[in-house]
Amino acid sequence: MSLLEVEDLAVHFGGVKAVDGVSFSVEPGEVFAIIGPNGAGKSTIFNLISRIYDPTRGAIRFDGQDLTVLKSHDIATLGIARTFQNIELFDHSTVLDNLLMGRHTHRTTNFVQDILFLPRVRREERAHRHKVEEVIEFLELEAYREKMIAGLPYGVRKVVEIGRALALSPRLILLDEPASGLSVEETQDVAFWIEDMRRDMGLTVLMVEHDMSLVTGVCDRVLAVANGKPLAMGTPAEVQAHPDVQAAYLGTGAAA
Amino acid sequence: MRVVFKTSYDRDIDLHKDGIHRARIAVLLAVMAALPFLVGTYYLAEATNTLIWALAGMGLMVAVGHTGQVSLGHAAFLAIGAYTDSALMEAGLPFVVSFPLAGLATGLFGALIAVPAVRMSGIYLAIATLAVFVIVEEMVILLEPVTGGVGGIMAPSISILGISFDRYGALQNFYWLVLTIVALVTWGYANLMRSPTGRSFLAVRDSEVSARALGINVTRTKALAFGLSSGVTGLAGALMGHYIGFFNYELFSIFISINLLLVVTIGGLGFIPGAFLGAILITGVPQLIAILRDGLNASIGLDLSTIPGLDTMIFSLILIGFIIFEPTGLYGRWLKIRAWVELFPLARRDMFRRQKSYLKTERMK
Ligand SMILES: Nc1ncnc2c1ncn2[C@@H]1O[C@H](COP(=O)(O)OP(=O)(O)OP(=O)(O)O)[C@@H](O)[C@H]1O
Ligand SMILES: [Mg+2]
Repeated sequence: MSLLEVEDLAVHFGGVKAVDGVSFSVEPGEVFAIIGPNGAGKSTIFNLISRIYDPTRGAIRFDGQDLTVLKSHDIATLGIARTFQNIELFDHSTVLDNLLMGRHTHRTTNFVQDILFLPRVRREERAHRHKVEEVIEFLELEAYREKMIAGLPYGVRKVVEIGRALALSPRLILLDEPASGLSVEETQDVAFWIEDMRRDMGLTVLMVEHDMSLVTGVCDRVLAVANGKPLAMGTPAEVQAHPDVQAAYLGTGAAA
Repeated sequence: MRVVFKTSYDRDIDLHKDGIHRARIAVLLAVMAALPFLVGTYYLAEATNTLIWALAGMGLMVAVGHTGQVSLGHAAFLAIGAYTDSALMEAGLPFVVSFPLAGLATGLFGALIAVPAVRMSGIYLAIATLAVFVIVEEMVILLEPVTGGVGGIMAPSISILGISFDRYGALQNFYWLVLTIVALVTWGYANLMRSPTGRSFLAVRDSEVSARALGINVTRTKALAFGLSSGVTGLAGALMGHYIGFFNYELFSIFISINLLLVVTIGGLGFIPGAFLGAILITGVPQLIAILRDGLNASIGLDLSTIPGLDTMIFSLILIGFIIFEPTGLYGRWLKIRAWVELFPLARRDMFRRQKSYLKTERMK
């Protein structure tokens, strides 16, 4: 069974059909990319999966569970983590605390136990720290562990956001343009990390990306969208060669 | 600069980063505990007042500093705490029971009004909490059998296990009682901020959309924070009632709400020590102005007390100065001075210049 199934998904904002009849499914262990020109509706698809927006029609299922009946804070509990295109970190906290906030779904203590800091709270904190240190090591964030987010360079913040999503120990990770604004070397790192997420962590990756070299390098399958509508789906090479996709990228709008 | 070598996760989890930090807190507590032997009645009473303000400040800090919810209504929670405690004691309950119950009742009330209010933010929330304040003030005047109406009530005398903790009869004991309560609340607050609950408050403050994506129920978290905030403020209110002795609704005016906001902003938003620094400033500066004024009068015969409102004006100017020149508050200033001393002579001028924030075009509520 597919891990994530999206069926005839649509959302309309007033007259704007941001997403209009998109269907795809992501298999367990797959790296799946959504590509498309600016304003195509890619981020909106992520926001629909995150339940930030209510779909106008269509279905989203994760591991057989209908997501559209859930609240946005329930999504993480199922094991879906995400990053944001415009980085949404907790600016006034350290890298370490940001990553620890990623562990929220794994807490079992309540606020009274927390206020008294019972032994159980400490035990759990140690376990969270252990997981977070793994993430720090994986993403080589050691040098920034105690630094405030607000003072960090863009590239590092981008990585911290990936780290926060990984700290959740998700099954599915949604990456919204993980390489945008990064240098060639940094993009190369992202490619390696995505490979490792799949191979070593057994993660399923759904990403939005403009950098075609990254997409061809790491993705199994690609969905191209434009103006909210699906254009083509297949291997990176197939999709890139598709005439509608080429037309959309050239801006002729032939496919719309 | 002192570098702390971390050998286990506990180093970060512990309240104190190292022995020196721990020793400093112990010395501070010891000095505070010995205060009745060091100063006279007048200053001991002032210190008690400052501690109570620090407690109320910590209450407001949870909401404003750590969850980003501005409240103009916290004087109402002081009032609810004070009247509930007095009423329960009048009904025959001992202080050790009435006091926590007063905090609990105020906390529940706060959480209850928070459920609709937390959907608002910024100025709307401030206005909503102001409305709550007005309603509570009216209620206090109307509920005459409990609150004494406009006339007010006398806070019952505290006694625990037969020992008097009366504010006038046994000020030393009352001071120690307040100190113990403040120390316990501070400890619980510090615990909260190193645990998942505290982190969820910070998460909600800095990015609601991310908080949700991490599985944090924003509405519930805000309500919990607001409830804890009002609960602690209620405790402070109960103590304030005992401290003042005879009080009516005027003790909990809107100016108290504003002063409390000043305590947390001047002290340093989001830092627990900030509540203490702010309380020291807000209770200390009027005293200082009075002393200076008397000094001027005595030395050069200049009687400033003939100019009405001068105290308030000087006070306001100091506060405005802070907000303009040191937005991170007293605690922020202290952190900077300390870093400068530790790094001397390496500190750079622009070390603390705040980084321009990147655009958040996609910010969603
Ligand atoms: N909340 C909203 N209200 C109204 N219109 C919206 C909203 N969110 C997105 N849109 C519109 O939906 C369309 C798709 O936006 P989306 O952000 O999904 O594009 P994208 O494919 O992620 O583009 P980019 O590559 O620039 O990130 C745009 O026209 C956008 O203006
Ligand atoms: Mg986008």
